[in-house]
Amino acid sequence: MIAYVLRRVLATIPVMLVVAVFVFLMLRLSPADPAAIIAGDSATTEQVAEIRSRLGLDQPILSQFVIWFGKLARGDLGESFFFKKSIVELIGERIEPTLSLAFVTIVLAVAIAIPLGVLAAYRQGSWVDRIVMGFSVLGFSVPVFVIGYLLIYLFAIKLGWLPVQGYQRIAQGVGGWLERLILPALTLSVIYVALVARMTRTSLLEVLSEDYIRTARAKGQIELKVLFRHALKNAAVPIVTVVGLGVALLIGGVVVTESVYTIPGLGRLTVDAVLARDYPVIQAVILLFSFVYVLINLLIDLSYTLFDPRIRY
Amino acid sequence: MADPVLALDDLTVSLPAHGDRARAVENLSFTVGPGEIVCVVGESGSGKSVTAQAVMGLLPKGQLSLTGGSIRLLGDELATKSAAELRALRGSRMAMVFQEPMTALNPVIRIGDQIGEALEIHTSLSGADKRARVLDIMRAVQLPDVEALIDAYPHQLSGGQRQRVMIASAIILDPALLIADEPTTALDVTTQAQILRLIRELQVRRNTGVLFITHDFGVVADIAHRVVVMEKGRVVEIGAKEEVLRRPREAYTRMLIDAVPGLAPPARAAMDQSAVALETRSLSKIYSVGGGFLSLGKGRVVNAAKDVSLTVRRGETLGVVGESGSGKSTVARCVMRLIEPTGGDILVHGENIAHMSSSQLRAHRKRAQIVFQDPYRSLNPRRTIGEAIIEGPVNFGASREQATTRARELMALVGLSPDSLDRYPHQFSGGQRQRICIARALAMEPDILVADEAVSALDVSVQAQVLELLDDVRKRFDLAVLFITHDLRVAAQVCDRIVVMLKGEIVEQGPTAALFRAPQHDYTKKLFAAAPGRDYAFGGRT
Repeated sequence: MIAYVLRRVLATIPVMLVVAVFVFLMLRLSPADPAAIIAGDSATTEQVAEIRSRLGLDQPILSQFVIWFGKLARGDLGESFFFKKSIVELIGERIEPTLSLAFVTIVLAVAIAIPLGVLAAYRQGSWVDRIVMGFSVLGFSVPVFVIGYLLIYLFAIKLGWLPVQGYQRIAQGVGGWLERLILPALTLSVIYVALVARMTRTSLLEVLSEDYIRTARAKGQIELKVLFRHALKNAAVPIVTVVGLGVALLIGGVVVTESVYTIPGLGRLTVDAVLARDYPVIQAVILLFSFVYVLINLLIDLSYTLFDPRIRY
Repeated sequence: MADPVLALDDLTVSLPAHGDRARAVENLSFTVGPGEIVCVVGESGSGKSVTAQAVMGLLPKGQLSLTGGSIRLLGDELATKSAAELRALRGSRMAMVFQEPMTALNPVIRIGDQIGEALEIHTSLSGADKRARVLDIMRAVQLPDVEALIDAYPHQLSGGQRQRVMIASAIILDPALLIADEPTTALDVTTQAQILRLIRELQVRRNTGVLFITHDFGVVADIAHRVVVMEKGRVVEIGAKEEVLRRPREAYTRMLIDAVPGLAPPARAAMDQSAVALETRSLSKIYSVGGGFLSLGKGRVVNAAKDVSLTVRRGETLGVVGESGSGKSTVARCVMRLIEPTGGDILVHGENIAHMSSSQLRAHRKRAQIVFQDPYRSLNPRRTIGEAIIEGPVNFGASREQATTRARELMALVGLSPDSLDRYPHQFSGGQRQRICIARALAMEPDILVADEAVSALDVSVQAQVLELLDDVRKRFDLAVLFITHDLRVAAQVCDRIVVMLKGEIVEQGPTAALFRAPQHDYTKKLFAAAPGRDYAFGGRT
């Protein structure tokens, strides 16, 4: 087990290396010039050139890469062109809203999706099943921003139950924090609920035809426990996989949701950085997302051992 | 006689509309007394498992329904009970043991919790009391090292131990009725003998009524007090074991009993004159489990086959007999070169194929063909059987017309209609599918035919026919047949010579008649002693 974790962590190094090179090259090969954007429309050619040399953008790509990578290896992500402060500090400020949003979204999605999926599987072919599956198709097909604006219109503007947008730090009170997160999390979780509910249903249907389910019933076990104790744990591996993969999906979703609800998180930071051609920030954020993705994959694999004693690393 | 534990009266279970028959079980009446073992015997589709499900109140919803008659458990009518009332009886007054102990136990729940589940459902015992009861019952079913095993998971146990766990979980609340649905079918003979003995002991001690479902007359002979013979949902014959087995009244019962292969091998001419078609010399196959990059401990090494030397002549059937894990299927797969042996030689007509590359093997593929155990899984459900049969010859250069003409001939040869080539596998019964698999093998015009448990999944009457077919094609095409089986009765009837395998090695080999008359090795003797129904003369057919 420990050897396995060690091996997997070591294996992330080449992955991160490839991501770093790829991100770096992709940005340098794109046509826009960050110096010109920073200097503004009225700047002279000299001013732009001055900014460019201050940022080190006038050096050959290879030496730019060596400088950036050298700092990176020492844990220094560099300084933002646009915000003029250290990126570590910048990400530190922005990470709480994003983590909060992701966390509430996942909890909400799992809490809604798993019971729905179990119910649909148990009542396979009934109207409950059809409604859940219909919702699931709808959840896949409606874009995140449409759902976001619809929910804002209904719950914030018409009913006035929840604030329209914004974010409150958790340190300023859990109530306000949660109140402002509910709508964005709900928005983000729709596609997620659709995905997880579908997977839960399929996985559970397979398990429900297994012999040990019959054994449990032959012992006089009640249906609720047959479903949640005997069936769900056996169906867990594919469900956990989808939940994990959904986190990757979430990263994409966060960018849009944070814009719709004006939440100052990493998603917004990414959008701003891309618009400003803020190379160091884009690089840092993408590296961070990749690292999180690799980490989540490892956690998924490790979580299998919790659900199935036959899996050992 | 004491009041019956279970009394079925005129029980009828309906199938959904447009099935091949209207009722799964029709007008079924019999009783099980306290301390009595009643065996329900029948072929697949006879309704014996449906009967068990009906009693337990576990008929699949929407597919089967109880439409008539009465089921009384200790005089209490079950047919009119609500789902909740039935649930309260399941696991406490009536309990069930299933066929496949691997799949009938939940793989992700500790066995102690599975055994104790009935206590949790039906009693309000404290945690410590429950644990004590579980340990007691585990000892009663003779599980070893119960303190350690109680926290184990099913995959850490052997097949026999798993079935003991199943039995323990069924009898922990001392039910009046125990239903055992083919509880030993998936087990090796020696394990089967132990489990049958265990069921008998427990049942005598606790005075339990047992409804024992089986298709195996050997098992009936060993365990039954009374026998119910079923065919297509109806009772054919009910009687005491001695009566039914020795003096069956009905032709159907007689046919079933006669179809059971006898343990006495028929006389066969020795084949030592004909050419050797297949020979293995010191064949070995080693699997290493675990081990590898960065895992510091050494992997475990398993000798799946070790120093296996055997020969099969043309026109001869060599039986390879052994229990699960004995390496008999490994030998079959090596001979077919589905896997590469670790060491030794495999000579096909003198040519060593043990380490040929896959391109070199292409020519060899035509000469050796295999028929597998499960005819339901060895035919592609999306392809017609015609496509399945002609695929091989077409790969080897035959035109579709030639191959199809040949396929039609082969269909007739294996006793099926040549016009059904464009049908799909699901339109055939198990026995018919196995005939198709044989036709598919023969289409390649092989010299060597490997039959890996080819009749093990079939009903006795069908089994007898397929064995006859295999013997017929052996003679007709002068085939060298490598016949892998765990069933001594089958081996006795069709093999010229037999090798007995244990843990990857051959422990004894010789002509079938000699081996059955005077087994030399201890393991062979043990194997023969465990064969169920030794005291009854089955196989009136031969």
